[in-house]
Amino acid sequence: MSYLPNGLPSPVPENDGVDKPYWDGARRGELMVQRCSKCGTFRWGPEWICHKCLSFDFDWQKVSGKGRIYSWERPWHPVHPALKGHGPYVVVLVELPDAGNVRMLGNLLGDPRQEVRIGAEVQAVFEPHDDAQPPFTLVQWKTV
Amino acid sequence: MSDRSLRGKVAVVGVGETTYWRHGKSPHPEFKLALMAILAAAEDAGLDPRRIDGFASYSNDRNDPSRLAAALGLPALRFSNMNWGGGGGGGSAAVGNAAAAVACGMADCVVVFRALAQGQFQRFGAAPPGGTASGEPAFNAPYGVMSPAQRYAMRAMRFLHENKIAPSAQRAIALASYHHAQANPRAVMHGRPLTAEAYDESRWIVEPWRLFDCCQENDGAAALIIVPAEQAKDFRHKPAYLLGSAQGSEHRNGARVHNAPLYATSSFTTVAPQLYGMAQVEPSDVDVVQSYENFTGGVLMSLVEHGFFKAEEANDFLEPENLMAPKGRLPLNTSGGNLAECYMHGLELQIEAVRQVRGQSTSQVKDADVSMVISGPMVTPVSSMILGSEATL
Ligand SMILES: [Zn+2]
Repeated sequence: MSYLPNGLPSPVPENDGVDKPYWDGARRGELMVQRCSKCGTFRWGPEWICHKCLSFDFDWQKVSGKGRIYSWERPWHPVHPALKGHGPYVVVLVELPDAGNVRMLGNLLGDPRQEVRIGAEVQAVFEPHDDAQPPFTLVQWKTV
Repeated sequence: MSDRSLRGKVAVVGVGETTYWRHGKSPHPEFKLALMAILAAAEDAGLDPRRIDGFASYSNDRNDPSRLAAALGLPALRFSNMNWGGGGGGGSAAVGNAAAAVACGMADCVVVFRALAQGQFQRFGAAPPGGTASGEPAFNAPYGVMSPAQRYAMRAMRFLHENKIAPSAQRAIALASYHHAQANPRAVMHGRPLTAEAYDESRWIVEPWRLFDCCQENDGAAALIIVPAEQAKDFRHKPAYLLGSAQGSEHRNGARVHNAPLYATSSFTTVAPQLYGMAQVEPSDVDVVQSYENFTGGVLMSLVEHGFFKAEEANDFLEPENLMAPKGRLPLNTSGGNLAECYMHGLELQIEAVRQVRGQSTSQVKDADVSMVISGPMVTPVSSMILGSEATL
């Protein structure tokens, strides 16, 4: 059971493959973040160069999925046909203290009308869409 | 500060616009709208349109300068320029780019224009159809983050949270725009005043923004004509000289998936000081401001970043009467702006800034010698500009 109705655009890796290890990791239930191999700086979204030391060498680190709500919004007005009549939902921007406070986006699971608190601790959970073509897995967030 | 500057080098001598329609209601195709606005600007200046030798626009305007030059029968095209970036962030940048071309002799008479008939193309506020998303949208669209409002609400939310901004601050910005639109017969919302109660009762689009925090979507076109300062007095109206123009955004503002280090900004923290430096004015010198309202929260942040008040003063400063011409402390969006005049992708704000310098606004500020425009908060690149009367040179 997904948080939002089916029919929203399915994510696919970028043509140049820069984000493919993230999407592959999510399929396995692992949260992967890019890190510079030379200076160790985490970065997000995926990019080809380290903004700190300008090295092109990077690897992908599996991180704990512990996060903290940095900002949020609650869309009410549906802008996509799949959301017509669905009602409000919550989007959170989450910083990852275990990965240099890079930020990731997702929905906050639970009551869409819940009070949301900036600074609240959250945990990544994986939401597989096995029947989608092609199949994908979204990283979502739940309060802990 | 560098002595390389655009200050006082060029002037806006003509402004033109079509009727402004609700989106999808234009009876004319978009390209024709562009031509109509350009000819109206030439007529306003009292200038032979065949003197035009360059075009500048922004936000991937579909009406390409070579086709415009051919359609208008121009003797020669000498400058064609597109400022990168979406939203209205390039509005003032396009003026700056045109000004730079004129100031350095690449061209003599450059049109800045924007034409938009969203009914004939994809609307901004509706998600495009399609089965997959890749790149930046892959990290947003599956979570229901697709429209500009959804894309930028989290920046404003963080700012409102950090600075304990009350809902009345955003509301004051909406009320000021609607108030000014009631005096402006060109405004789409002319005759449709907005009360605080109606604002409070309006539906959420995306928290923290209600319906009246969000810009309209419209059809129409707008154009300005820029010439060298030494020719500025040859035309019909009082010239509006460009004092300064700046564009860009701060350190890593464009980091993908909402990872800008200074997330809770409207992207002007480095641009605004650059603008004031070139124009050689202070915030307290500015008589009137047009600030692009994609969403009221973006206006709020951009006024802070341009130094009109501190974030912690926002709740006190942002009272409707402080923002209303002619007597307010900072008359804001005096034509009705994107919210209530027309969403001509912000270029109607440049035209209103010129009208203020000329003394022709429908909500005129007395002796508006220094007239500012802030374009496209929260996107990147953003831009802003300052116009001045002859007295400021
Ligand atoms: Zn590095």
